[in-house]
Formats: sequence, structure tokens, C-alpha cells
Amino acid sequence: MIPEIGHFALILALCVAVVQGILPIYGAAVGNSALMAVAKPAARGQFLLVLTAFCCLGYAFAEKDFSVLYVAATSNSPASLHYRLAAIWGAHEGSLLLWTFILTVWMFAVTLFSAHLPDATRSRILGVMGLVSVGFLLFMLTVSNPFERLIPAAPDGRDLNPLLQDPGMVIHPPMLYMGYVGFSVAFAFAIAALLGGNLDAAWARWSRPWTTVAWCFLTVGIAMGSGWAYYELGWGGWWFWDPVENASFMPWLAGTALVHSLAVTDKRGGFKVWTVLLAIMAFSLSLLGTFLVRSGVLTSVHAFATDPKRGLFILAFLAIVIGGSLALYAWRAPRVGLGGGFAMVSREGMLLANNVLLIAAMGSVLLGTLYPLFLDALDLGKISVGPPYFDSVFVPLMTPAIFLMGIGPLAQWKKASLPDLAKRLRWAFGVSVITALALPVVMGNWTPLLSLGLLLAIWIVTTAIVTLRERLAHVSGNTLLERLASVPRSYWGMLVAHCGIAVFIVGVTMVKGFETEKDVRMNVGETATIGDYTFRFDGAQDVVGPNYTAARGIFHVSRDGRETTVLYPEKRRYPVQNQVMTEAAIDPGLLRDLYVSLGEPLDDGAWSVRLYHKPFVDWIWGGCFIMALGGVLAVSDRRYRIAWRRQEPAVPASTRTARRKVA
Amino acid sequence: MKPRHKRFAFIGLGLLVLGVATVLILNAFQSNLVFFFTPSQVADGEVPQGRSFRIGGMIEDGSLVRENDGLTVRFIVTDTAKRVPVTYKGILPDLFKEGKGAVAQGKLNADGTFVASEVLAKHDENYMPPEAAEALAKAKASGAQQSKSLVVPQGRQGREGSL
Repeated sequence: MIPEIGHFALILALCVAVVQGILPIYGAAVGNSALMAVAKPAARGQFLLVLTAFCCLGYAFAEKDFSVLYVAATSNSPASLHYRLAAIWGAHEGSLLLWTFILTVWMFAVTLFSAHLPDATRSRILGVMGLVSVGFLLFMLTVSNPFERLIPAAPDGRDLNPLLQDPGMVIHPPMLYMGYVGFSVAFAFAIAALLGGNLDAAWARWSRPWTTVAWCFLTVGIAMGSGWAYYELGWGGWWFWDPVENASFMPWLAGTALVHSLAVTDKRGGFKVWTVLLAIMAFSLSLLGTFLVRSGVLTSVHAFATDPKRGLFILAFLAIVIGGSLALYAWRAPRVGLGGGFAMVSREGMLLANNVLLIAAMGSVLLGTLYPLFLDALDLGKISVGPPYFDSVFVPLMTPAIFLMGIGPLAQWKKASLPDLAKRLRWAFGVSVITALALPVVMGNWTPLLSLGLLLAIWIVTTAIVTLRERLAHVSGNTLLERLASVPRSYWGMLVAHCGIAVFIVGVTMVKGFETEKDVRMNVGETATIGDYTFRFDGAQDVVGPNYTAARGIFHVSRDGRETTVLYPEKRRYPVQNQVMTEAAIDPGLLRDLYVSLGEPLDDGAWSVRLYHKPFVDWIWGGCFIMALGGVLAVSDRRYRIAWRRQEPAVPASTRTARRKVA
Repeated sequence: MKPRHKRFAFIGLGLLVLGVATVLILNAFQSNLVFFFTPSQVADGEVPQGRSFRIGGMIEDGSLVRENDGLTVRFIVTDTAKRVPVTYKGILPDLFKEGKGAVAQGKLNADGTFVASEVLAKHDENYMPPEAAEALAKAKASGAQQSKSLVVPQGRQGREGSL
């Protein structure tokens, strides 16, 4: 009964979505305020309906209703409640429901925080989001219904893939989807602006916080996925340039470009056409990511479905959304106007260069991800593009981008002077170069890449300090603390996010430069040494978990004769799917991780074992979280808080010009 | 410089940067492609010399031998028509089993042994890497005198099958 209610709620949601997608947009076009007024209640109604459906599926999992095909396929009675609930998005159908649910969450958020928007704009935004929702609901109802019954009911479920039975997997997909789907808001803003023809600074100011929030979620989502791969796959890697990872990374690159280009549109009214294009691109890439991951075209842990009907549906949907929005763009964009001019050496110029580099990087990832698929589809042979390609492309593309990242915030809008910039930055540059050259030598392993990585990281931090110092000189306040407090939060947000990149780069550089890996055969009582650490293997014993049995190894780790920690890696067998899984044991630390995973049992209680010493690896994820924190700071800026409370446009014009001078 | 000239210089510089980036990307792309071959193709000598490539197929039953160091393994990858001996030093993926599909990346040495640098992980016992499935299907198809083969991922069970 409950699953039928869920199914019915989805059908009703589709009806509401159709109404929401048509009436408000038409109403905005003809100026009929009654039709426009439909948008808000329709969006909220749709949210409630999809929420109902989502809860129904959750209930089916909680109650172990194995007469629902999806539940039977992804859960199992001994599994604990939280993993059964996480199984809602453990496979194809449910993750689409999650996608749609999150879309309606964003819609609901738009209805809450859009009191300051003109009626026509708001109705268009909600209308566009309604249309996107029509596509997804239709997809679920026609070819991938999560509420499909299994008759007769299975006595017990097939269980969730053991790889996904992990706390990281519980949070990673919702976070990632919040990011993916969040770009639909920026997309809807862009389409609404194209439809209405009113693309101005106010538009950019409205759409900025939404984009930043989506970007934060996406950043955290990707970081969590990467962390999950690190500790769960047992290979010690944190990024494999796997097509599925690339699928989430491409919208991130486009989204990062969008966040920066929106800043220019907001502050200077420039880059309008480009910003709109980026908004379309970011959301299209999110859809493409969904298509790549969900259609089963990829050889990967994420490729859920192999049903060609689904692939075709998503492909058609993708073609309509991307083709339609680009056609609208081609038709309406020329009317938008170009905005003010600027010199090559100016903040706009540098932001533009950064945008181009980010998009070039995105393009290179797209090429590496899609080309093998094209060849395969055309039956021209099977190839794969490995990490060396991405590594060799990313370093030269990101190096100038990060260099500009340090200068950009110091350059004046419109026209800056190079000699002046050089003078202001000479200390930062000197300090960075000397430290970057000296530090690896001190640490005893100099390589060009190591120095380059450190140079970029230190450059970001030192230029951020210079930027902040200059900024403090311009704001009012008697004490240092007062002046620090009067720097706007969005400015702090930018500095913090940039420093997050620096932390991330330190992590990547140090891991690449100093990590040690060892595959060894270890007898009971034998020791192996990597880095400064000695690992002693004290044998493996059998343990029994809730839905698995395991061999658990015992490793005593010591350094200079003193015991550091004891690690217990496991080799688990999940009987339901007859699947073996390696559960690595990690001793995390600010400066290094120690990582042990069991290979295979050999004779006489010996095991083949993989040992890692990974310096600074946690900085990689730490950097991502700092970036996201920067985004959160930027969104909590005073001007947005005021905008949400008031009906009027955010800040009076006079203060804005005053601020611009300071900036 | 007049504003117009400036603009040209601006656009020209942009195009130059974009061009350099494109050349760089395509160059890196070209030199990092990894091609896939079936054991039959390896036996027919179609594979590149001195360059890394991938092979895929079934691990022949009873062919897995572990050397005394506990880490080096030898096994045979077959597409039922031809067999290729493979050596690999390191820890095998969890689901590496005789009689199951696998994909390995590496180089062919002088005596015809494939020295793998990487054996790819599968994540589900029912799941066959598409490359391995294709190798088997191709061998089958050529055995039946068919020119074209349909890729049938064997043992893959639709929606319940693989994650």
C-alpha cells in the first residue's frame, strides 16, 4: 500500500510540474499576474509530493518490504537501519528519486528566499525548474520506477554492495546531488534572464549566492567521494581520473568559472553573455554527469543500469535541455549587451584569463572522458585514457591560473598597472620562490614538481596576506580587530577559499613527492619498515560482523622503538552477494597517514600486505573543506542577508559605489 | 597603440594561448592513449611493441601460480581461442578469481609474456569488465565464422547486477 502511495505521489508531482513549467512562464510572457502566482504554490506542492514519495520509499526500506523490487535488490534484513535507509540512493532508481527530491528542495528554497525578486523573474525561474523536474519525473515513471513491485515477494533482499556500506556513502551522494542540482538554480536564473531580456547587475547579484551554495555542496561532495575511495577501495589512491570522478569534476570546473564570472557581472556589469553561457554549461555538465554515471555506459562501480531505454531517455532529455537552452542563448544573447570595456591588465582581464583556463581544463577532462566512449560507440576499438594524460594536462593549465589567482584580487577593476602590481607583490614573490626552492632541499628530496607545487601554495598564501593588509589599510576602524571585523564576509570568503586551494596543493604535492608504498609478504611476527615507521604483523584472527565474516590482521606500528598505534585491517566476506572486500586500517594524522590493507592469505598464517606512508594526505580533503567554508562565508555576507529580508534591491547604490572603490 | 590595435592584440593573445593549450592537450592525449587488445590479437602479433596496452578475457582455470615471494603471480588470460601468459607483482584485486573475467594493463616482453603493471578491479562477482566480455564474444564470433560480434556482457544481470 505504502509504495503505491509513493508511486501515486510521483504521478501527482508530474502533473503539478507540468502546470508549474507552463503557466508561470506563459503568464510572465503575457504579463498575467494570476498565472504567474501559480508558480509558488505549485513548487511547494511539488516539494511536498516528492517528499511523500521519498518517505514512502524510506518506509519500504525501514520495514524491509521485499515485495518492492528496488528494496529487494539493494537491501537485506541483517543490514542495520541506517545502511538500509542509505540504500535509498544506493542504486539507480532511488538515486534518481533523490535527484528529483533535491531539485524540489531547491525549488522550495527559491520560493522562500525570493521575496525581493520581481514577480516575472521568480515565475520564470520556478517555471524552468518545473520543466527540468518534468523530465526527471517522466524518466522515473516511464523507465525506472523505484516503487515497482516484485511478485512474489523475495524472502530476503540481495543486499547493498558492501563497498557502499560505509558512512561516507551515506552522505556523499546527497552532498554531490545538492551541488549538481543546485546549478539548476543558476541555470534557471540564466534562462529566466534570457527569456525576460533583463540581464543586469541585479540579476547577477541575485543568482550569485545560489551558485556559491551549490558550488560549496559540490566541493564537499567531491571531497567526500574522494575520501571514500581512499579508505574504502583499499588502494590508497584519492583520485583515479575515473570517468565517474571526472563526471563530477567537470561541473565543478565550470561552476568555479561561473562563480568568478558572476563576480564580474555583479560588480562591473561585464561578462554577461559569458556568465549566462557558463550557467548553461555548468548545469548541462551536471546532467551529462548524471547521464554518464546512471546510464551504465561507464565501466565503474557507479554504473548502475544497463537498460538501453534509460540511456536513450537521458540522452534525449540531455539533447532537449542543452540544445534548447543553447538555441535560446543564440537567439536572445545578442540583445543582452556586452557591458563595460576593460584593459587587458585589469581584474576583469585576469578573471577572464582564469575563466578560459578553467574551461580549457574542463574541455580536456571532457575529451579524456568522452573520446573513449565515442570510439566504443562507433565500434572503432576500445581505448582508455589514463591518469598520465590528465596529470600532464592539468599542471601546465593550472599553474598560470593559480599564479593569476594571487594577482587578481590586488588588481584594479578596468585598468591596472603591471609595474605597480609587481612592486606590491615583490615580497610575496621573493618569499614564495626562496621557500619553494629551499624547503624540498631541507626535506631531502628536490624535484621540479615538488618545488612548483610548494611555490604555488606559498604564492597563494603570501599574496592573500598582502591583499588583506592592503584591504585593512582602506577600511575604517581604530584597532586592528575593528578593522578586521569591518572587512566584508564575502571578502573573507574569497581569501579563505583561495587558501583552501593552497592547502589542497600542499597535500597533493607532499603526497606525490614523499609517499612510500610497499607490497610485502609478511609472516607472523615479521616486521617491515616504511618511512620512519616499523610495522610488526601479529597474525590475523577471524571475526564475525553483522552481515559479514572477516579475517582481521593485527599490526603494531612503532617509531624509534616507541609504539605509535595498533592497526586492524580486515578482509571481509559478505555471504549474501558472496563478495570479498578489503577494509583498510588507517591511522590519520595532520602530517601523515599510516595505511595498511590486507592482500591475500598465504601459507602458515602469512599474508601479502600493502603498507603506505602518506605525508599530508589529509590536507587534500582539508583544503576542499576550507574552500567550501570560504563559500559559506561569502554567502553569509551582510548584503545577502539584507536582500533576503527586504523587498528592495540589496544595497543602496551609493554604498555600492563606495565599496567598489575600496575593492 | 590605438584602442582597435589593442583589441586585436588582446584577441590575438587569447587565441594564441588557446592554441597552445589545445596543442598541449592533444599532444598529451595522443601519447597517453591505452589501447585494448584481445588474447587472439596478441597471439596474431597485432599489438604495439614497447608500448603499454590492455588485455582482457577469462583467467584460465588452474592457471594461477604464486611464486615464493608471495607477491608475484602468474596466470593465463584467455578468450577461449588463444591464451596469453601474464605475470604480475603486487596485490590482486579482491574479486580476482580463476574462471572469472579480468583486465590487465602492461607490456608484452620478448618471450611473449604479458608483464602487467596493473590488474583492474571488479566490484561485483557477477560483473564482467566489458572489455573482457568483448574479447570472449569476439573469439566466439570468429569461431562461428561471423564477421561482426555483438557485445554481450555475460553474467551481468540488468539492474540488480552491478553497481
